[in-house]
Amino acid sequence: MADNRPGAAARIIRWIDYRLPFVQFLNHELNEYPTPRNLSYWWNYGSLSGIMLVIMIVTGIILATQYTPSSELAFESVERIMRDVNYGWLVRYVHMNGGSMFFAIVYIHLFRGLYYGSYKTPRELLWILGVIILLLLIATAFMGYVLPWGQMSYWAATVITNLFSAIPLIGPGIVTFLWGGFAVGDPTLHRFYALHYLLPFIIVAVVLLHLVALHRHGSNNPLGIDHKGPQDTIPFHPYYTIKDLFGLTVFLLIYTFFVFYAPNYLGEPDNYIPANPMQTPNHIVPEWYLLPYYAILRSITFPILFISSKLAGVILAFSSIFILFFLPWLDTSPVRSARFRPIYKWVFWLLVIDVIALGWVGANPPQGIVVTVGQIATFYYFIHMLILFPLIGKLERPLPLPSSIGAGAPMAKP
Amino acid sequence: MADVAQQNGSEAHPGETRRDFLLLTAGAIGGVGIVATIWPFVDTLNPARDTLALSTTEVDLAPIQIGQRLTVAWRGQPVFIAHRTPEEIKAAEAVDISQLRDPQKDSDRVRKPEWLIVVGVCTHLGCIPLGQKTGDDRGPFGGWFCPCHGSVYDTSARIRQGPAPLNLWLPGQVEQASQALYKFTGENVVTIG
Amino acid sequence: MAKRAFAAATVSAFVLASAIAWAADETLPLPRQEWSFDGVFGTYDRASAQRGFQVYKEVCSVCHPVKHLHFRDLAEIGYSEDEVKAIAGGYQVTDGPNDEGQMYQRPGRASDPIPGPFPNDQAARAANNGALPPDQSLIVKARAGGPDYVYAILTGYKEPPAGFKMLEGMNYNEYFAGHQFAMPPPLSDNAVTFADGTPATVPQMAHDVVTFLTWAAEPNLDDRHRSGLKVILFLVVAAGVFYAAKRKIWAPIH
Repeated sequence: MADNRPGAAARIIRWIDYRLPFVQFLNHELNEYPTPRNLSYWWNYGSLSGIMLVIMIVTGIILATQYTPSSELAFESVERIMRDVNYGWLVRYVHMNGGSMFFAIVYIHLFRGLYYGSYKTPRELLWILGVIILLLLIATAFMGYVLPWGQMSYWAATVITNLFSAIPLIGPGIVTFLWGGFAVGDPTLHRFYALHYLLPFIIVAVVLLHLVALHRHGSNNPLGIDHKGPQDTIPFHPYYTIKDLFGLTVFLLIYTFFVFYAPNYLGEPDNYIPANPMQTPNHIVPEWYLLPYYAILRSITFPILFISSKLAGVILAFSSIFILFFLPWLDTSPVRSARFRPIYKWVFWLLVIDVIALGWVGANPPQGIVVTVGQIATFYYFIHMLILFPLIGKLERPLPLPSSIGAGAPMAKP
Repeated sequence: MADVAQQNGSEAHPGETRRDFLLLTAGAIGGVGIVATIWPFVDTLNPARDTLALSTTEVDLAPIQIGQRLTVAWRGQPVFIAHRTPEEIKAAEAVDISQLRDPQKDSDRVRKPEWLIVVGVCTHLGCIPLGQKTGDDRGPFGGWFCPCHGSVYDTSARIRQGPAPLNLWLPGQVEQASQALYKFTGENVVTIG
Repeated sequence: MAKRAFAAATVSAFVLASAIAWAADETLPLPRQEWSFDGVFGTYDRASAQRGFQVYKEVCSVCHPVKHLHFRDLAEIGYSEDEVKAIAGGYQVTDGPNDEGQMYQRPGRASDPIPGPFPNDQAARAANNGALPPDQSLIVKARAGGPDYVYAILTGYKEPPAGFKMLEGMNYNEYFAGHQFAMPPPLSDNAVTFADGTPATVPQMAHDVVTFLTWAAEPNLDDRHRSGLKVILFLVVAAGVFYAAKRKIWAPIH
């Protein structure tokens, strides 16, 4: 019997594979797949992002079996989930904190790309697809935050949809169209729910394209040099499967700490107050992962030529992400990894500090020094993107690159 | 994970068995983790605490005169409460149960003979039988009549004619053998569920 | 590894900064209280929660609803099924319409939500000079500072400092932003007689009612802390095992 079993399984697999090369495909892309041998832990964040997407979709669907998307009943339905549904509090907190975790992971993944030049040729489309995923993620998160119909939900929806009124001529019409009414209300909630449910599946599709693009040329690596032969690579399984699994458990430790011991730390108390269209909260603040864009939006306090300050703020806030599409062409460095870029490797951290400063600005009421810091940080951001990236690439003298990944270069440290 | 060992070492290394054990442990832990995680999420679909709380209802029987019938809602379904007349009780008890499609003694279907409490859903395809309101057609046995496909129930709500296979259920009873889920909890008060 | 630490530090700094920025909005720094539910191993002190429910019922419920609480929830803070039924039975609840089309009153049942003092917001405002006493079921989560804030408000009434102009009908409260608080001091010594004999001082009543309200806002806390411990211990072991496996598998590469 023991002889027949593996034989039978192998025969079934061969029958299926001949018609739909599923197992062959998985074997090639996940098992044997040659991966640079020197990837550091900064390369864990891609698989972590994928896992977060799955977690958010699964918990989201479970919440959807209990949630009511009506302005009268939404807040109450969420409280019912928290109090009466078996383990409802767990699913809700996992989904709620998952949004924050997802963005933390994705931002680290993005900055990894910035540091090691993962956006450079031939990975430009890989990078662009990533920026598209980021935009879709932001849209999804924004709409998801409206669904509990708390004070912050309602007023964040009002503020952000009102941004579109800055568009000349057609702006106010667009806003009414978005709202489905004369203010954020029940129609708005319904359509945000439908779209919040839809967008993640579009994200899945773009993620698949992202992975196809990735597998065309393989992963970048900390040295930024191409892998030239089998001495430079190792099979994905078991090396990176176990490394990803380990990274996952460490990440889950952080995630579960938030879920079980500080589930509301990253959130806003005002969102536990039911939405009141007649009363604005003292401070309208988005979730932390949207703070930098919010800061840029608010930092334009003066009109620019014929563009109102409101419109200019909107344009710059959206541009801060759109500009990322052009990064492969803005950066002129002949060398990928910041390890070999003596000037850029320090300037990179200026960008990190700048983004954190923008986050701080976004979290605070726009008064006094907060405004000044916000304006300086916004200015620096665009200088960094539009001037420093092209200039540094041209002016710096890169360090000599090692001949290959396999020879001489420091190995991936555990 | 076992095939990894085969892939990477057909030669026996000294550390090989330790690695197998480690991988086996890792696999087991991963498996346990996944299974333990799945249960709470599946459990969210089980009846929630508010649904379970509404699973009991109390009915005041005092206003129901002899010969009258009342319909109450219980767990999302209609429940027929019939205050039976002595004639109805006699008719129910006199039936030869060996002739019934779903043999059941009347005494097995009631706790007090004057109160018949059954779920008002036809056991054929789920319509609500007529007979609760005055003027309703109660069918040839004076019980209930289902207009959808013509099932006829007697004064003990047992199936006598028509396509239904079983007698009307007693509240909470999934099999005929188990206890009905109601109690007389006070002077003229019955608690269902 | 240093880079990882740096990254972790920057992220934490960022999160901390926003938290500080948010907290900095308050009038006075909030005095920290000790709560039975504090910390990783915290649980609700049931005796305190029951006393708190008594304070809510006898003092606060005159103006404030707790619409997300049902009577049956009270079993979680230690009331028996019969006690819950008795508490519920003591309330009159609106039900209907009956067969005549009328709404009617009937005694409460365990499955009912705890009824509030007013049928709607407008009635509440009319009875309170236009101010709306907020629902209390989530108040502890709906205010920055949580339990410490609610405690501070309840115990923070004092005479306004010299020269401070109080608006008509307002009360001076140290911890309310702007110090002009519509709610008059709700607690005074011995406003309630506790069944277990605990002296009903204002700090005691405030402490107990905040414990009750924290439970009301977050009934899952006991469960959450308990299962959290199991999950985290499991993950620590799993991380250790996976790390060892990773080192073993990678040994030939290094």
